[in-house]
Amino acid sequence: MVESFVRHRGTVVTLLRRDVDTDQIIPKQFLKGVERTGFGPALFYDWRYRPDGSLDPAFELNSPKARGATILVTGPNFGCGSSREHAVWALAQYGFRAIIAPSFADIFASNCYRNGVLPVRLPASEVDDLVHGTEAGRREIEVDLERQVITNDHGFEARFSADPYGRELLLRGLDEISRTLLEEPSIAAYERRHG
Amino acid sequence: MTDTLFEKVWDAHVVQQLTDEVALLYVDLHLIHEVTSPQAFAGLRGASRRVRRPERTLATVDHSIPTGDRSRPIADPVAARQVDALGSNAREFGIELFDLASPGQGIVHVIGPELGATQPGMVIVCGDSHTATHGAFGAFALGIGTSEVEHVLATQCVALPRPRTLEARITGARRAGVSAKDLILALIGRIGTAGATGHVIEYTGDAIRALSMEERMTVCNMSIEAGARAGMIAPDDLTFAYLQGRPRAPTGPAWTSAVARWRALRTDPEARFDAQVSLDASSIGPQVTWGTTPGMVADITARVPDPAQLGTDTERRAAQRALEYMGLEPGMPLAGIPIDRVFLGSCTNARIEDLRAAASIVRGRHVAPRVRAMVVPGSQRVKAQAEQEGLDQVFREAGFEWRNAGCSMCLGMNDDVLGAGERCAATSNRNFEGRQGRGGRTHLMSPMMAAAAAIEGHLVDVREW
Repeated sequence: MVESFVRHRGTVVTLLRRDVDTDQIIPKQFLKGVERTGFGPALFYDWRYRPDGSLDPAFELNSPKARGATILVTGPNFGCGSSREHAVWALAQYGFRAIIAPSFADIFASNCYRNGVLPVRLPASEVDDLVHGTEAGRREIEVDLERQVITNDHGFEARFSADPYGRELLLRGLDEISRTLLEEPSIAAYERRHG
Repeated sequence: MTDTLFEKVWDAHVVQQLTDEVALLYVDLHLIHEVTSPQAFAGLRGASRRVRRPERTLATVDHSIPTGDRSRPIADPVAARQVDALGSNAREFGIELFDLASPGQGIVHVIGPELGATQPGMVIVCGDSHTATHGAFGAFALGIGTSEVEHVLATQCVALPRPRTLEARITGARRAGVSAKDLILALIGRIGTAGATGHVIEYTGDAIRALSMEERMTVCNMSIEAGARAGMIAPDDLTFAYLQGRPRAPTGPAWTSAVARWRALRTDPEARFDAQVSLDASSIGPQVTWGTTPGMVADITARVPDPAQLGTDTERRAAQRALEYMGLEPGMPLAGIPIDRVFLGSCTNARIEDLRAAASIVRGRHVAPRVRAMVVPGSQRVKAQAEQEGLDQVFREAGFEWRNAGCSMCLGMNDDVLGAGERCAATSNRNFEGRQGRGGRTHLMSPMMAAAAAIEGHLVDVREW
């Protein structure tokens, strides 16, 4: 069962890089497992930890201000590259519920919708506004998927448009397979036509 | 008729329209491998579901396996467990598996076409972003996540928002020394790593028609590197000739009727694409990446760009970061950058024609001192074919390691990794930070260019050979 997402209030951390690929989000050495769990500590591994295993204080997520953040604000084409769903598992298990960026890679966004994580596409100028607000200490925002709007307590408001299918999966926490199996007559009819 | 190739394939596979944008599509061929499938099988088992069409599913091991001696057990116990898991899942659910002992084993995107399992007009999915490779046959082939893998196993369908269409028209005659890899790298350089997001690219034009099937696979393979959902090329006589007689291809009257059907898989003259880009193949030289995305690419005759000259703030920052990571200075000529390693392999460039092209460069020469070079054939059949042609001897005598098939150093899930600071000329598809090993520096290029770099010990313009 997928965790549903209706609205979420949380604090923001910004990672202002473009083309953050899934190899960065979860490096290959963590893909050898057969479970869906245990990926949180490995999130952004090569950026988060120095080669000796200690935390790199220069990395955005390691800043004291980033502690407890559940919303990631980042650059365009986030999640590009490999289809590895482990990237979304790592983000979710670290604690992220929503990711806000000017654009996402297609497979990554599709993986988000199936794991209770909301990808929010906002124009670059509105992402900039969010970033400036965060820098000014306004780190708490509310992401409302039902109304498709992001707000804070200081008058910020940005509307977004989620993929209707992904939105339905998230709002209702749907198990996609059960949903598709409701279409069994259509699937069976297709198979009768095509063998 | 006013449909594009993609629209014809899409429309023929709609089981049910779910929303205005999203349709449930029927999947003709589902390819699986050891890394992105174990959690999907666990999900099936947990819900007491079965695999709906095991005979439409094909499994192989490629990502995390060693490419050295196969007579020994896999040394990495975690990787061994994952490989074993695929074996037991395949047995439990009745799926054909090409395992390490099989002469048909290889990279999933190499063996699909090799078997003739990949056919025009199909919808093909795999938990791997380079599934677009199969689009070279006029299939709609795309990478999916593990939840979707489970969904396809259970329902034989995938729910997708309908992508828009982008025509990449490549015309003109390629110059000597310029390969299919250079065409696709140049295109990605032109439109950017997100230039085709939300789109399916159809590659058209006489420069595409002139490509062999293996070259077309190289082009389609890297569609994802431009952000595309998939890449496609309309099938033609070359496609049919490639497929005829392969183990999974239709035979007899079924073959004749299949070819008749496949001939209709082309974009109608009046059809419109949502976007269009054109490229003149005759103006393209051998390409080399200088940064940490495939879009950070230039002609081998160019210099490392100056981030300060770039258009936007994010671009400048990204380029600066990339140069720092790559250990390069603005203005350095690309030709002459010294390398430590050479990787000839991957689903992009490890087919027999790639190995022949590289062998033609290294024949009678030797890898430069201090350079470690390896050839990892795309499949065990490619390896056997190369050995029959004596290419393994050419590579071995030149100082290359000759390996067994797998993804190997393209993503470094096995022992084939770069050390920190090591610089590699690679025929693979991604030059992301750490992709080939933490701190490793990857320059993407064609097999000929990588082979020439191995001999010289630095990046070099293969046309000057």
